[in-house]
Amino acid sequence: MKTLTDHATATAVSVTGLRKAYGEKVVVDSVDLTIGEGEVFALLGPNGAGKTTIVRILSTLIPADAGAVTVMGYDLRRDAGAVRGLIGVTGQFSAVDNLLTGEENLLLMGRLQHLPAADRRARAAQLLERFDLVEAARQTPATYSGGMTRRLDIAMTLMGRPRLIFLDEPTTGLDPRSRQIMWQLIRDLVAEGVTILLTTQYLEEADQLADRIAMLDHGRIVAAGTPEELKRRMPGAHFRLRFADAASLDKAAQELSEGTRDDEELTLRVPNEAGIRSLRNVLARLGDDAAVEDLSIHTPDLDDVFFAVTGNASKEDNS
Amino acid sequence: MSALTFAAKDSATMLGREIKHSIRLLRLLIVSAIVVPVVMLLLFDYILGGTIGHGLGDAARGAPYIDFLVPGILIMAVAGSCGPTAINVTMDMTGGFVDRIRTMAVSRGALLAGHVGGSVLRMLVATAAVTGVALLLGFRPKASVADWVAVVGIIAAFSYALAWLSAAIGLVTRSVAAANGLTLPVSFLLPFLSSTFVPTASMPAGVRWFAANQPFTLVVDSLRALLSGAPVGNTAYLALVWCAAIALVSYLWAQASFRRGTRLT
Repeated sequence: MKTLTDHATATAVSVTGLRKAYGEKVVVDSVDLTIGEGEVFALLGPNGAGKTTIVRILSTLIPADAGAVTVMGYDLRRDAGAVRGLIGVTGQFSAVDNLLTGEENLLLMGRLQHLPAADRRARAAQLLERFDLVEAARQTPATYSGGMTRRLDIAMTLMGRPRLIFLDEPTTGLDPRSRQIMWQLIRDLVAEGVTILLTTQYLEEADQLADRIAMLDHGRIVAAGTPEELKRRMPGAHFRLRFADAASLDKAAQELSEGTRDDEELTLRVPNEAGIRSLRNVLARLGDDAAVEDLSIHTPDLDDVFFAVTGNASKEDNS
Repeated sequence: MSALTFAAKDSATMLGREIKHSIRLLRLLIVSAIVVPVVMLLLFDYILGGTIGHGLGDAARGAPYIDFLVPGILIMAVAGSCGPTAINVTMDMTGGFVDRIRTMAVSRGALLAGHVGGSVLRMLVATAAVTGVALLLGFRPKASVADWVAVVGIIAAFSYALAWLSAAIGLVTRSVAAANGLTLPVSFLLPFLSSTFVPTASMPAGVRWFAANQPFTLVVDSLRALLSGAPVGNTAYLALVWCAAIALVSYLWAQASFRRGTRLT
């Protein structure tokens, strides 16, 4: 029973007014999202922001309290079965069967996807090869490293050739090398035209992988856009200058009136809007004899961005 | 393919998975479902059997104590599989596996069907193995072919009931230790508070009423009558009614817990 909407060819996920509460605690509040087919969309936010809850709702695990959701053109409420046939989910916690070997895990997924026997074997062999698990194929995940288990987990998700994949914090807890491998695997999937919704706590990860990012805080989207758009909105980049005495700080604060001074620490915090050019400008205005004891450069990280956008959001709320 | 064919196929897949699990956990399963009942058989028959056998009087119908004891040991073999079944279900529920299955187009009941089917198979294999050991140790049943068919039927019904009960327990517990702990009364306490080792008539008054009427006693008494070639009377029907009731309540409990699991975070 198909209930395809008109824009189904272009839109993979459409969410309006999504809301979920547990008792008094609202965990997802008025969330709107549109994810295009073939796009990588990242939900970025700290623990408890509602990322996982959104993934659990969109992947049919829990019902929303309110809101309209279509996934690959199917209404999530009416056609959950059809949605399940098109999605693949790799959750935060490993969903591999620890008593079965890597290969048996993949074949089990193939059976549950109702693939014909020959297809099952071919697909499993292909995924083991691609995810560098050929040597570990006949061992149980008990002997795997964290990165290997995560790769097997994603390979299991891919057995049924999903068109939309949910990756809930795919690199949390992985070492840097495993993280790089995982990023490459995700890029390869995108190249095949798969749509991906990933959640992450890491700005860099969203920046590296996502076409578009939505930042979540307390269940609300506080900022959304391409990585470049978001970065432009981040006022977190600054130089921090520490001076030898109060007099030097006074003098510098007069020269650099846009800076924020801290009299106890004897520091001046100057916004960095244009990188090296800003730095050169700041140093020129200070002059040669300024008693600068220390200079540090701060680039925006998730904390800066996050505090910036949540700060803006609360101002908007008050107005 | 129709929804029904898919449901059957998915259940068969999950059953295959449980059989593989059982093979991987074989040593553990042999201990809980075969070694423990056999040790109980040896302890009670060789160490305590002399005295108990003398005290049995009419209950033994002139046969040695081992013939009285074995039917009870058989239900211990069934009950010994409760722990592993609950643990397997808990592991699936607390790990990410059940969530993975729920996001796939897999028929809803397949996972539990696989667990229960696997559990029943383990219980039947354990009972057959314990029967074999008992025969080697001197157990001499006087059952006819029809009696044996009835024995297998009652053990199968009892296994099915306890498998659903174990699955339900596994669904409501949040850790492997809790799953194991909650099945202990079923696998250990209830056999002692039944006619497994001694007739319930010899028990203190407070316990006697419970022991005489609880399902384990009715199952043991039916098996004992059938295996000794004595008339069974209504006991076998009562035992089957108990099995059906336990299976039905446990099934509903398990299904409700499984659905509720979907609504939790």
